[in-house]
Amino acid sequence: MDLIADHISHRFGTLEVLDDVSFTVSSGEVVAIVGPSGCGKSTLLSILGGLLQPGAGQAELRGAALPASFNPLTFVFQDFALLPWCTVEENVAFPLLHTGLGAAERQGIVGDALRRTGLTDFQGTYPKQLSGGMRQRVGIARALAVRPAILLMDEPLSALDSQTRELLMEDFIGLLADGGMGAVYVTHNLEEAVRLADRIVVLSRRPGRIREIVSIPMTRAERGDINARGQLLSLQNELWSLIREEAIDAEREVQGA
Amino acid sequence: MPSGRCRVLDRAEQPDTSKPTDPAAGLRPVAFRGAGFAPKASRRAGWIALALVIALWQLAGSAGWVNSLFLPAPLAIARAIYQLAQSGVLWKHLSYSIMRIGTGWILGTIAGIIVGFSIGLSSLARGVGITFISALFPIPKIALLPLLILWLGIGEEPKIATIALGVFFSTAISVYSGVDAVPRNLIRMAQSFNVPFHAIVRRVIWPGALPSILAGFRITASVALLLVVSAEMIGAEFGIGAFVLQAGNLMQTDQLLAGVVILSLFGLAVGRLINMLEVRLLHWR
Repeated sequence: MDLIADHISHRFGTLEVLDDVSFTVSSGEVVAIVGPSGCGKSTLLSILGGLLQPGAGQAELRGAALPASFNPLTFVFQDFALLPWCTVEENVAFPLLHTGLGAAERQGIVGDALRRTGLTDFQGTYPKQLSGGMRQRVGIARALAVRPAILLMDEPLSALDSQTRELLMEDFIGLLADGGMGAVYVTHNLEEAVRLADRIVVLSRRPGRIREIVSIPMTRAERGDINARGQLLSLQNELWSLIREEAIDAEREVQGA
Repeated sequence: MPSGRCRVLDRAEQPDTSKPTDPAAGLRPVAFRGAGFAPKASRRAGWIALALVIALWQLAGSAGWVNSLFLPAPLAIARAIYQLAQSGVLWKHLSYSIMRIGTGWILGTIAGIIVGFSIGLSSLARGVGITFISALFPIPKIALLPLLILWLGIGEEPKIATIALGVFFSTAISVYSGVDAVPRNLIRMAQSFNVPFHAIVRRVIWPGALPSILAGFRITASVALLLVVSAEMIGAEFGIGAFVLQAGNLMQTDQLLAGVVILSLFGLAVGRLINMLEVRLLHWR
């Protein structure tokens, strides 16, 4: 299944945030969206996932999702968005409650998702008892439970400290390794983009336009190799040089009147 | 407290300036300045203070410092409560009041929850509802009792309706504020999983609004108590309010204060009940 951004533009009031953005993500492919802060990355993801109506253009799906998918386009949120009154297990089961699935079958799927994210021992705990990293693992388990075709990840690691980020990044690489799932990965962290993405969409400063689409000429497995570090770093620098000037302008911008 | 002395405000000790530091050595401790602004309520201090006041009050009565007609001593009040309980008069009055509070509170709460949720979820209900609530909420509901008596007769209905009205507005406000306060990101999350509307209301909005709704219960419980006493003072044969008023008319101040103590205990008991409800329902916080 392909997810297509078809000439998407959007404005909040008089503030133009996205200007004519088009690209395609296929299942099995990871596309990162990077750009200076305020360039409309998260807005674009909300539009792609049907949570926001674009001012112009549209998000489209092409082809059939896997028949077993309960929710082809599934978000992973920056702030995790866990229900604080539900245990880990209940949070992961939440999107399956209304799918008409039997209790036994549901439990099987939830148990499997918890196993894949290393949460089996935490199924009875509440979100407030967990560290940030574990909370995001719950968010990922919940997303995996609905068997998405394409994951929409909105800065999934930005609320975490750098060590936890590293650990979760390894988890992502593992989860994306089987190749069935695609992802749109919004981030301001160029290292994450370079390590995870097959292609990187670089947006300009607000209103966000596509400046460049950079392909990473290595498989994710190859990027784990120590010898690949240099090449990844130079890719990262190349991206930074694309963004740096605009990041400075974006930072210096005064909000409001 | 480091000094062992009792002070009104917790503050750091001022550095002792009488003992000169040795500037030659150049070595002096960094003065601690981080104390205070974190008062802890000591349960024991509270109980001791309460016991002291009651003892002083009893002493004032026993020693004849105050006229027992104007301020009966605690023991006399306790005796009055005991006699009221023994004779069954207390239960009669109390049962009337509880019936009125219970019925009025439940009716007002159900209506308030329905209206509060409508305001929280629908633009139309919000536009209309907030206008009406803003206009009607400030009216002291007891002022409507005479009108309600004209409408509903002199039975229980006008008293119950007064309580229900008082409870309704506070509940509606706390419910829609609670619904408004449910984090938007949780609702978006549920929508992103195609969770149907009714399930979002039941599994996201209701539990998310519950803390505010229960906090509202605390307010409406005291509103209901206030209104039942006022309504019973205006026109009732039985009920704690009527009892207190009669006792006052007969200058039976020990009975009067016995009624007041019962009201206080009733209020405390309801508060406890809501605490228990919060512990049970909001254990995830």
